[in-house]
Amino acid sequence: MARRLILSGNDAAAEAMRQIDPDVVAAFPITPQTELMHKFAEFVADGDVKAEFVLVESEHSAMSATVGASAAGARAMTATSANGLALMWEIVYIAASMRLPIVMPVINRALSGPINIHCDHSDTMGCRDSSWIQLYSENAQEAYDNVLQAIKIAEHPDVLLPVMVTFDGFIISHTAEVLEVLEDAEAREWAGEYKARYSLLNTDDPVTFGPLDLQDYYFEHKRQQVEAMKNARRVIQEVGEAYGKLSGRSYDLLEAYRLEDADTALVALGSTAGTTKVVVDELRDAGRKVGLLKLRAFRPFPGAEIKAALGGVKTVGVLDRAISFGAPGGPLEKEIKAALYGGEQTVGNFVYGLGGRDMSMGDIKSVFDELDAISAGTQSVDEPRFVGVRG
Amino acid sequence: MPGLKQLAQREDLMSAGHRACAGCLPMTAMRQILLSAGKDTVCGCTTGCVEVVTTIYPYTAWKTPFIHNAFENSAATISGAEAAYRSLRKQGKIDKEINFIAMGGDGGTYDIGLQALSGAMERGHNMLYICYDNEAYMNTGIQRSGGTPRGTATSTTPAGKVIPGKQQYPKPLTDIMIAHEIPYVAQATPGYPKDMTDKIEKALSIEGPAFMNVLAPCTRGWRYPMEESMDIARQAVETCFWPIYEVEYGKIKVSRKPKEKVPIEEWLKRQGRFRHLFREENKHIIAEIQAEVDRKWDWLLKREELSQS
Repeated sequence: MARRLILSGNDAAAEAMRQIDPDVVAAFPITPQTELMHKFAEFVADGDVKAEFVLVESEHSAMSATVGASAAGARAMTATSANGLALMWEIVYIAASMRLPIVMPVINRALSGPINIHCDHSDTMGCRDSSWIQLYSENAQEAYDNVLQAIKIAEHPDVLLPVMVTFDGFIISHTAEVLEVLEDAEAREWAGEYKARYSLLNTDDPVTFGPLDLQDYYFEHKRQQVEAMKNARRVIQEVGEAYGKLSGRSYDLLEAYRLEDADTALVALGSTAGTTKVVVDELRDAGRKVGLLKLRAFRPFPGAEIKAALGGVKTVGVLDRAISFGAPGGPLEKEIKAALYGGEQTVGNFVYGLGGRDMSMGDIKSVFDELDAISAGTQSVDEPRFVGVRG
Repeated sequence: MPGLKQLAQREDLMSAGHRACAGCLPMTAMRQILLSAGKDTVCGCTTGCVEVVTTIYPYTAWKTPFIHNAFENSAATISGAEAAYRSLRKQGKIDKEINFIAMGGDGGTYDIGLQALSGAMERGHNMLYICYDNEAYMNTGIQRSGGTPRGTATSTTPAGKVIPGKQQYPKPLTDIMIAHEIPYVAQATPGYPKDMTDKIEKALSIEGPAFMNVLAPCTRGWRYPMEESMDIARQAVETCFWPIYEVEYGKIKVSRKPKEKVPIEEWLKRQGRFRHLFREENKHIIAEIQAEVDRKWDWLLKREELSQS
């Protein structure tokens, strides 16, 4: 029996963490992740969880301690945002290379500088090559559901890679919404018990973690990470289906929204996907054949599924909430274009919402209008467009 | 505390065939650490010589569990492992006693790892941090660190025509750790193995965080014949350049008070890294180093007296 609650995204992720009850959580405060940790701290203080809560002196140490805990066979989690993720950067790669199934909510926030506490995706996009699985969430419900699924994906023996569950800072993290959560017993059964294959605490069968790995093996180990990431595509789908049976909410690598007969479509990540759905409905009511492709898994990148989902679409607009300076397009657009290579689609790129700049329904509607202009050949797609920016 | 004969009968938990230089005292320190700590010990080490020479994949010299994470986070990594142990123990999933030892060279401890070390000590993890201090970044090619003595010629503070080696005195790391008011802090050196191993056992037996700073001469970086490593380490104590002492719950006890303090010049002249100090125009630096050694030694003795009263 599910329970319906009113929770912010941060509280929803904290609720999932309470139910999972990991062995170790190590964290350092950064806006907008703070309230997630406040909530978890209350669970610790009230004895609702058994987790050791390690309040470290930096995000670098948060990730380092999480690595140490996970290597010791514990189910270990942390959470961060923006500059915190940037400070962790070095160890983010190391966690993945040690094949540690760490789960980390990342509450998306613009990277400094200039300093800004509001949402964009520059933080997690910067980590896209780190060998972490990235699941983007549309709302608090998905943030909750994704955290619960993330542990199953990360710990799957064919995967053993860490997972970032991302959700938009303030827009999701600080906005209350009604969502369904599992009963504690259901969630605990779902989470099960983590049994690490290797543990630092097994002194009878000692292993070395993090050895020096030179020309003769490093490449093979990187190749194995590629294979694990490939396996993750299947495992994300399997876990999403199993979670659907448990909760009534199934998940896939992506979600096609009214795409079947769409001529134009947007591709979006995170909360903007939700806003876009409303705009799509309105435009559909007005007789326009529009749709949305919401990408849930950015890593692994489901290229074939994207190509299939956008197969009938003539003009595609890709919404990027991050800039890849000096690159021909935003990070999402480049990969969507690569996935569609050889297809008939025209692809336009729209950079939006940097530093928390609002992306209103009107803005999204104007992007659809621009896609119509692109379809008509009156607007070029040579350069990315910047939505709602002055000058 | 076991004697050296008893220690020698214990299983050697560092295998032969690792790739350290002959005469490497950090590796002697590792052997002494493992003999004291025993097999139920989780070790972690920063990036540096010890990690490099012991873990070239697919080989490892460690017969205990070992983790290398990065350069600056050995303390944070082991604090996470120790937290995992506490959690699993609380849940009844593990019941044996396990020691947690984080290690790092002077670069990974005095400099880039100081923040993680300070944080781990402040949080009170039941772990021992050991700095193997060979007084420069040896692994990357002998660059100066915050632990490098004044006057030392390194790759980044060469003995030049204008600047005769490192200008600064080393950071007082052991004092910084004493100021953390943790249960146990000590200075030691593998040159005095009984003292060193006793301190390790004591540090591990005390509940809460402990720190040891261990002078571990490097034949390549200090430029002396490799067979002199142990003697150089001992003479550092006899000159009072590297006093060996312990601080247990705030009480200082100097472990060895040389009957006759050997002049620092005797120690410096054996090492190529100080050769330039013996040029006429630099000799005043030796006098200044001697004055600093004397000042610090006298202050240590005074603090010992004060802390015991």
